[in-house]
Amino acid sequence: MYDMKALYEAESVEHAIALRLEHPTAQIIAGGSDVLVQMREGKRAGAELISIYGIDALRGVTLDEEENLRIGSLTSFSHITRDALIQERCNVLGEAVDQVGSPQIRNIGTIGGNTCNGVTSADSASTLHAWEAIVELTGKNGVRRLPIHDFYLRAGKVDLRVEEGEIQTAILIPKASYERTFGHYIKYGMRNAMEIATLGCSVNVRLSPDKTIIERCRIAYGVAGPVPMRCPSAEAAANGHRPTEELAETFSRAVLEDINPRDSWRASKAFRQHIAVEMARRCLIKSIRKAGGALQ
Amino acid sequence: MSNQYKLVRCNINGKDVEKVVDVRASLTDMLRNDYRLTSVKKGCEVGECGACNVLIDGEAFNSCIYLAVWAEGKHIRTLEGLLGPNGELSDIQQAFIDETAIQCGFCTPGFIMSAVEILESGKEYTDDELRKLLSGHLCRCTGYENILRAVKKTMYKRLGKPIPQ
Ligand SMILES: Cc1cc2nc3c(=O)[nH]c(=O)nc-3n(C[C@H](O)[C@H](O)[C@H](O)COP(=O)(O)OP(=O)(O)OC[C@H]3O[C@@H](n4cnc5c(N)ncnc54)[C@H](O)[C@@H]3O)c2cc1C
Ligand code: FES
Ligand code: FES
Repeated sequence: MYDMKALYEAESVEHAIALRLEHPTAQIIAGGSDVLVQMREGKRAGAELISIYGIDALRGVTLDEEENLRIGSLTSFSHITRDALIQERCNVLGEAVDQVGSPQIRNIGTIGGNTCNGVTSADSASTLHAWEAIVELTGKNGVRRLPIHDFYLRAGKVDLRVEEGEIQTAILIPKASYERTFGHYIKYGMRNAMEIATLGCSVNVRLSPDKTIIERCRIAYGVAGPVPMRCPSAEAAANGHRPTEELAETFSRAVLEDINPRDSWRASKAFRQHIAVEMARRCLIKSIRKAGGALQ
Repeated sequence: MSNQYKLVRCNINGKDVEKVVDVRASLTDMLRNDYRLTSVKKGCEVGECGACNVLIDGEAFNSCIYLAVWAEGKHIRTLEGLLGPNGELSDIQQAFIDETAIQCGFCTPGFIMSAVEILESGKEYTDDELRKLLSGHLCRCTGYENILRAVKKTMYKRLGKPIPQ
């Protein structure tokens, strides 16, 4: 038995919004792999819950009319990894979420929950930042869309407006973001399964048609700061340059100007900075290879 | 608390069933207490160990972090469902015995249900892939090697192929 005060089951997005407005102190539960564990630990004990798990309309990956990838917020990690559209257009996202916890956790955990928890170590978060994802929120006044960077307010806190009855309904990867773009994610942890990232790094590149120039490079980290973050200095160092060994070196050193990891029981700040450089280098080289290029 | 009880209809091990359950119950609670399916173990109860693992619509889930009311309309399979009409063991259960993949047995039902999902996919997996697919289970007795061997052996048997050396 869970120590909950009440459970309200939403049958549709509209119903979820109405329930939120009616019960402003109630908390949303999607797959529950954060919520139910925290309830067991006593952190959310006695809470009222609004379950959105039954809203099948929020599951699945589609292309919208502008060919943006649209991932319903309740889509589980395993379904994202297996999805043909994701494999074709944003393969690294499928690879990143395939490193979450265990097979069972990947079947229950949702991408909506992984972003709405506001956690810096979330395995989808760095890739979603690096691909400039758009978060879609639906409330009583309709749909609001904002860049994922703006969705994260601070550690554990995202821009979800309870007073408007909002829930997250989708995550979009714009066509301009995924076109001709290839990426790679590395999760550094003490073991392969059932481990929260000590540091997560996601890089993607778009090469010129003849593969000799990096037209656009984007990089983001999880656990390099209180929320997932991009690295503008490193990106500037790579954009418009030839993919060479020296460039990989300059690029990976530049991340130190952007990131701000901390000491924790998992790892020291110095160690995180050290592996951040190496992970950036490896992710860049791998992304270039995936894009059909090679170091010159 | 209002509306504290709810009718949940589902299919468990091939049979359509229904029970009124407390909305605060986990699926583990419902399967053990209401249906006496005690192969579903309570280990960590926070999604870490896999002792409570069952198949829901063909996918493996830790029933300890799954609300009983979510079972509405679902097809659920537990270890009890593997038993033949005269109590015969399935091939994967026999393989666990033959390979000494069981000691205390507490982790076994969970492991076997993950193995069922693996075997029913009809795919041939490498050792590394099998390790990853079984990584959501903790075993404090066997050291995992025998479990891996039992699953691998059954996989090749069902594929009708010899085990590569
Ligand atoms: C054993 C174990 C291992 C784990 N390992 C990893 C790991 O390796 N990597 C990792 O990233 N995570 C891991 N997690 C954490 C968890 O599985 C993920 O964060 C998952 O994505 C949460 O999704 P959920 O649907 O279960 O979220 P829930 O628990 O249902 O919700 C999480 C939070 O988001 C809110 N929320 C959820 N969906 C919405 C929505 N659509 N609109 C508004 N608010 C919403 C909830 O109110 C809650 O605050 C692990 C968890 C467990 C139990
Ligand atoms: S009891 Fe459910 S995972 Fe441990
Ligand atoms: S056999 Fe004892 S825990 Fe696995």
